[in-house]
Amino acid sequence: MSVAERLSRPTRKRGRVVSTRLLRSEIGLIAGRRRNQMGLLVLAALPIVLAIAVKVSNRTAGGGPDFLDSVTSNGLFVSLAALTVEMGLFLPLAIAMLAGDAVAGEANLGTLRYLLTVPVRRTRLLVVKYASLCFGALWGVTVVAVVGAAIGIALFGTGPLTTLSGSQLPFGAASGRLVLVVLYCSAGIAALGAVGLFISTLTEQPIAATIALTIFTILSWILDGVPQLDWLHPWLIVDQWLAFADLLRDPPFWDNILRGLSVDAGYAVVFWLLAWARLAGKDITS
Amino acid sequence: MTLPATRAPEISTEDRPPSAVDLAIETVGLTKRFGGRAAVDGLQLEVPRGSVYGFLGPNGSGKTTTIRMLLGLVEPTSGTRSLLGCRVPSESATVLPRVGALVEGPAFHPYLSGRRNLARLDAADLWSDPRTASRRIDAALDRVGLLAAATKHYRAYSLGMRQRLAIAGTVLAHRDLLVLDEPTNGLDPQGTREVRHLVESLAHDGATVFISSHLLSEVEQICTHLGVMSDGRLVAQGPTQELRSRGERTVRVTTPQPTEAAEVLRGLGVSGVEVGAGEVHGTPGATEPEVIVAALVHADVRVRGFAVMTPSLEDLFVDLTGEGFDVSG
Repeated sequence: MSVAERLSRPTRKRGRVVSTRLLRSEIGLIAGRRRNQMGLLVLAALPIVLAIAVKVSNRTAGGGPDFLDSVTSNGLFVSLAALTVEMGLFLPLAIAMLAGDAVAGEANLGTLRYLLTVPVRRTRLLVVKYASLCFGALWGVTVVAVVGAAIGIALFGTGPLTTLSGSQLPFGAASGRLVLVVLYCSAGIAALGAVGLFISTLTEQPIAATIALTIFTILSWILDGVPQLDWLHPWLIVDQWLAFADLLRDPPFWDNILRGLSVDAGYAVVFWLLAWARLAGKDITS
Repeated sequence: MTLPATRAPEISTEDRPPSAVDLAIETVGLTKRFGGRAAVDGLQLEVPRGSVYGFLGPNGSGKTTTIRMLLGLVEPTSGTRSLLGCRVPSESATVLPRVGALVEGPAFHPYLSGRRNLARLDAADLWSDPRTASRRIDAALDRVGLLAAATKHYRAYSLGMRQRLAIAGTVLAHRDLLVLDEPTNGLDPQGTREVRHLVESLAHDGATVFISSHLLSEVEQICTHLGVMSDGRLVAQGPTQELRSRGERTVRVTTPQPTEAAEVLRGLGVSGVEVGAGEVHGTPGATEPEVIVAALVHADVRVRGFAVMTPSLEDLFVDLTGEGFDVSG
């Protein structure tokens, strides 16, 4: 018996029920892809540009995005200002790229059929794919926040943070609030990821899935801005995304945050189930 | 000419009725319709355990759709299929880890190396042991001669290297059954020979190998059993030897007296006697060639040449599939 044969003898009587290997492989795939690394750089560049612009112009009042006015008093506001801007399009675009790769990308390469014949059950595949999208969402938002905080602290220092209610928070407590903001924004992007996962099961073209999810996001923002459609606003995924500002009140104002989280959870569950319904019975001919 | 699909005798004898346990692959009435057209129609595959089964047919005859159904990628319109005695798809999770599959060409992530692509497949397998992963991956790469190119990006691989990597993926773990769809596609003659040796060594280890091809010549030498698809139907199936002997022999007599020779042949019960210029053809059926020669000599027919011709498998398959191995509409 050759070495190869001895090594290939079955070492297990039965399969594991749970293993993190596929998820780790998935995250490695996302993190290792050059395009994603470039995307992350773009996400990270924005807070740097914002901070430098504010520093150079040295204005303390003006019509810039929320929080920009406060940037000079505390560096952490750079993170908040950057998130306000990037939640609009950049972060949704980033998750749209990852979601496009998730199922449509694998179908396009043909690797989907090989994963399924390993076998990876379709339900397990969607669980792992969605977990990796959630990870990607958290990662993207964290990078924006951390880079923003770093450049902000470097340029503007770590003075006490003046909340939107007017009171002041020490730096430690302010950092804690920033962590909550990151988690809240990640939840919104991850919910959008579920929509993207569903779209990804509909096509074999990853770029089509990416574009479709981007259009979905932009359309949501547009509808959210039309006052005549206010009955629709509570149902839109983006409606409460910028409510993270409420976490910077003293004490935090939870109503909109909780409403936003429940909308996120609703989108995540419904669209994950739709993705499952689509993929579970689908003939894989790619 | 259409011959009915036959059963391999060793699995359908009366004292041992056909049972799933003896078959590595069994399908009953497997049918897949796309729109109104049946891509696969009432397939009764019977692949004995331990066999090397050549699954032949022209491009477009339903081979790949059949393989996709066997592996649970495509749901049949009707019929059932089982691998190693386990139903697909209900028992896929327990049987597919023992099945290595190459489906419709290689497919990997272009920006990962060959080794990392195999590592990803191994990571997806709940049955594989992570502690032996790197050794098994290197052994698989070595087996297909790719160890030297293991760290190259897949996108830099040639078609032949890609095909080899896909084959390496099928032998990452111990397999009881290998389903190889056109494994020699894109390989040069040397690569084709290597795949043949690999299949032989896998079969030697006790695995059943199910190998599809549109080229009879590539698989004829290594297959113990053959199945022939034509237009979604299985038109012949059985041990290679049995199929080989199925074609009817013909005799050719070269003689300056064709009319007299034809007379003798007809007298012996040879059918389909045709008289040509200086030669006579016929189908002897049960009549032995030596009897024909003796009779010709006895009748004072001058014989310049006598030949018994057995049709090649190629001829048989051209007959069965009607069109040879071209694309079917």
